[in-house]
Amino acid sequence: MIVRLALPYRLQRVASAFGLVLLCSGCGALTSPDLDPSGPVTLAERLLLFDAVSIMMIVVVPVFIMTALFTWRYRGTNRNARYTPNFAYYWPVEILVWGVPAAIIVWLGFHLWEGTHRLDPYKAIDQGVEALRVEAVAQDWKWLFIYPEQNIAVVNELVFPSGTPLALRITSDTVMNSFVIPALGGQIYAMAGMQTRLHLLADKPGRFMGRNVQYSGRGFADQQFDAIATFSKEDFEAWAAKVKASLDTLDAATYEQLAKPSAKVPVTYYSGVEPNLFDKIIAKWRRGDEIDPSAPLPANGNRRMRNSGDLR
Amino acid sequence: MEIFGRLTIDSLPFYSAIAASGAAVTMLGALSVMALITYFGAWRLVLFDWVSSLDHKKIGIMYIMIALVMLLRGFIDAAMMRSQQAIAYNNDGYLPPGHFDQIFTSHGTIMIFFMAMPFLSGLINLIMPQQIGARDVAFPFMNSVNLWLTAAGAGLVLISLVIGQFSTAGWTGYPPYSGAEYNPGVGVDYWLWAVLISGVGSTMSGINFLVTIIKCRAPGMYLFRMPLFTWTVFVTSILMIFAFPALTVACGMLALDRTFGMHFFTNAMGGNMMNYINLFWLWGHPEVYILILPAFGVFSEVVATFSQKRLFGYISLVLATVAIGLLSFTVWLHHFFTMGSSANVNAFFGIMTTIIAVPTGVKVFDWLLTMYRGRIIFKPPMLFTIGFLVTFVIGGLSGVLLAMPPVDYLLHNTTFLIAHFHNMIIPGVLFGYLAGYMFWFPKAFGFKLNEKWGAWSFWCWIIGFYIAFMPLYVLGLMGMPRRMEHYDVAAWQMHLIIAAVGAFIIFLGIVCLGVQLALSIRDRQQALDLTGDPWNGRSLEWATSSPPAPYNFAVLPKVRSVDAFWDMKQRGVAYHQPDRYVDLVLPKNSFIGAFIGGAGFVFGFAMVWYMWWLAVLCLAAIALAVIVRASDDDTDYVMLASDVKEIEDARCAELAKAPRNEMADDPGFAGEPVLEASA
Repeated sequence: MIVRLALPYRLQRVASAFGLVLLCSGCGALTSPDLDPSGPVTLAERLLLFDAVSIMMIVVVPVFIMTALFTWRYRGTNRNARYTPNFAYYWPVEILVWGVPAAIIVWLGFHLWEGTHRLDPYKAIDQGVEALRVEAVAQDWKWLFIYPEQNIAVVNELVFPSGTPLALRITSDTVMNSFVIPALGGQIYAMAGMQTRLHLLADKPGRFMGRNVQYSGRGFADQQFDAIATFSKEDFEAWAAKVKASLDTLDAATYEQLAKPSAKVPVTYYSGVEPNLFDKIIAKWRRGDEIDPSAPLPANGNRRMRNSGDLR
Repeated sequence: MEIFGRLTIDSLPFYSAIAASGAAVTMLGALSVMALITYFGAWRLVLFDWVSSLDHKKIGIMYIMIALVMLLRGFIDAAMMRSQQAIAYNNDGYLPPGHFDQIFTSHGTIMIFFMAMPFLSGLINLIMPQQIGARDVAFPFMNSVNLWLTAAGAGLVLISLVIGQFSTAGWTGYPPYSGAEYNPGVGVDYWLWAVLISGVGSTMSGINFLVTIIKCRAPGMYLFRMPLFTWTVFVTSILMIFAFPALTVACGMLALDRTFGMHFFTNAMGGNMMNYINLFWLWGHPEVYILILPAFGVFSEVVATFSQKRLFGYISLVLATVAIGLLSFTVWLHHFFTMGSSANVNAFFGIMTTIIAVPTGVKVFDWLLTMYRGRIIFKPPMLFTIGFLVTFVIGGLSGVLLAMPPVDYLLHNTTFLIAHFHNMIIPGVLFGYLAGYMFWFPKAFGFKLNEKWGAWSFWCWIIGFYIAFMPLYVLGLMGMPRRMEHYDVAAWQMHLIIAAVGAFIIFLGIVCLGVQLALSIRDRQQALDLTGDPWNGRSLEWATSSPPAPYNFAVLPKVRSVDAFWDMKQRGVAYHQPDRYVDLVLPKNSFIGAFIGGAGFVFGFAMVWYMWWLAVLCLAAIALAVIVRASDDDTDYVMLASDVKEIEDARCAELAKAPRNEMADDPGFAGEPVLEASA
């Protein structure tokens, strides 16, 4: 009986599944950082996502319709429907079922290639302003941000002016981490002995969630930081001056203490930083071959990994 | 206490009530199975008819039993995670620290390695030789070794609950977190040795299945007459042979790092964790297709049988299967676009990944076109197939999204990814295996499964799936990372509670499976499959009796077309008895396979706890067992033609009593194969 009753329910279920998705979107996802971005990178990534979803509807919607229609029309008890038990090949249909998905993938492939190059996290964002350089170090279970130009360092808070691109060099002093600020876009691994790069930009001021998303042990769930885009450059400089006023400095000994595992570490300011600390952290895992911080960004491929510490 | 390595009394799980109760349940489960066997006085039967059996059908059934037990265990893990996350908003939930991460690790490990893989090997063992008209697999003894090595791996995962702890490094075990520096305990070692030991079995299974298909086909069974399920097994076996060594190498090197202080994947001393991650996914991505291709094969068989129609686009489906198999080795980097590789590299792997959507799309349309102008009968296997078609395209859609590197930068490591691969593996893999289980159960045991409870199970599974995983898509878009023990974002909690409700509905689906099995065994006399052909089937496995004789086919069938058995029915030769039978050579039972599995289990346990003497002893025992077996020339027995005749005559007597077609009473029945003479 259940089997027979199942049919009308099937259509209902498909509909209700979609309803559920819409409901869920209504109550949160649309205002979430991924779908309501605060920077051009996430915005572009989101646009690509929407484009891809739309084009794939060309295949997905027919599947839904055909499943519902065929299941209903060709149910065994419906003796009015045509029954062709030997219908197993029809070449125009074969061309269609290979051709349409292939055409979609060609379209998607061009966008994928173009988008991947345009949104390469290593590519600097050209905004007509010089980017703010920050070095990020993943530790158990916190983030250390070093501002080489300002000679300051901060734990678990990343402050930068809105409208100014942010150029991050990222490494890890522990297991592999993954750095992301969903509202601004991008995600890149942080690995010991290597550096990765990420370029972000906030269009407007705001306070965003940033965190490690690669499981790294007991303190993982709390390994997040505030990313704060200030209203203006002056606000940023005022903040930097506040950090400069801190009594703590980050010398080698303090760093060693800081690098020990600890969770839920409050925001901490350091008014001075051990020279070349970021490169020394990388070098520590590389038998002391210090990398040349002024080396140009290597070309594509893996060629210069050993010299520059860049993964490519 | 050197002889116990690093095993001490503190390794027992009395540090936490939840861990201790997990251990107690595991122990009780093992003890109650033994008590039941004793109660029924079945030890002799279990040992001499099953444990030592080299019969591919019995080995297949034992594989599936392992899979169903591990499905339950893996589901308990899932339920614990869902309930933890449902309550852990701004608090620590009920799981003690360090326990949640063991659970997500064991859930993934169990579901992939010890649920899906045994289920797959079980279905293949049970059906593939019969589909190609073979009397057994090519290497029956190796088959038994593979089964018991898989059981050894599963046993290691289970015993980690009782003695010591399991890994916290996730089912992928990424170093350097899984290295000795950051994880000195036994957890990762349990994971490593469970995966390594069962991986050896899987590699050899691939070899066994491939050789069987190449060498053991019945006369006339050309490659392009093989049923789709056998085709998918063919491609899957090739993937197993090429992919599993990568896993063995990656895990072997990680074991060397951990046990002998080497530096393949460490942070320091020139190690590079990305080498592990590359090797792991060089196995891991083909593994996805190893799991799903045979499920595609099941769907192909089911959709044709219950649409009462020839499979649409057979050649297309075969080509699509082969294409997926080839492409599966060219996409592994999409699991770590965020590594920092160049845009060219990422774009290449992204495009290769989206290309896989083409043959997969072709398959979906070919199945739909098989239903077109058919007469669809909604038996439980068909329900799972229809549910799969609808749900799977959603998973395919999210997969193509994740294949685009810029989108992946946003969604990688979030619950969107979790939702995506569960959306492939539950409707794609598990629905396929459950459909296969209900489809072929009568073949294995001679009676049909209860259809009402099968349908209930389907509805619980599919509704539960949507309610459990659609919220995870939304949460991923909201930026929720995977593997969060607790969180401080209020907006997430409602979605996680909905997901937990979905997990509960899936639990009801598992309960229905249990009820279905119990009721079917109780009422088996009313659902006997006397003809061996309960669904008006099309391929050769339906030509044998249910359950089949040890030799499957007294006379090897002569194959003339794709739907070989359908064609035999049309020609009226389906149940034809020959004038005389011949003696048949069959493999003798052997305990050596089980012995090697047992020694493998103890070896793994010894390596985990650093009991070197015991490990060496076990290796020596395994080597000795192999030598003993290899030197034994007397491994087969001859079943006399008179005995074969006796079995076949009994079958003919049953056939005479049986209804002419077991599907004839179904209101959707479209008719038997038309005899060619009258057509």
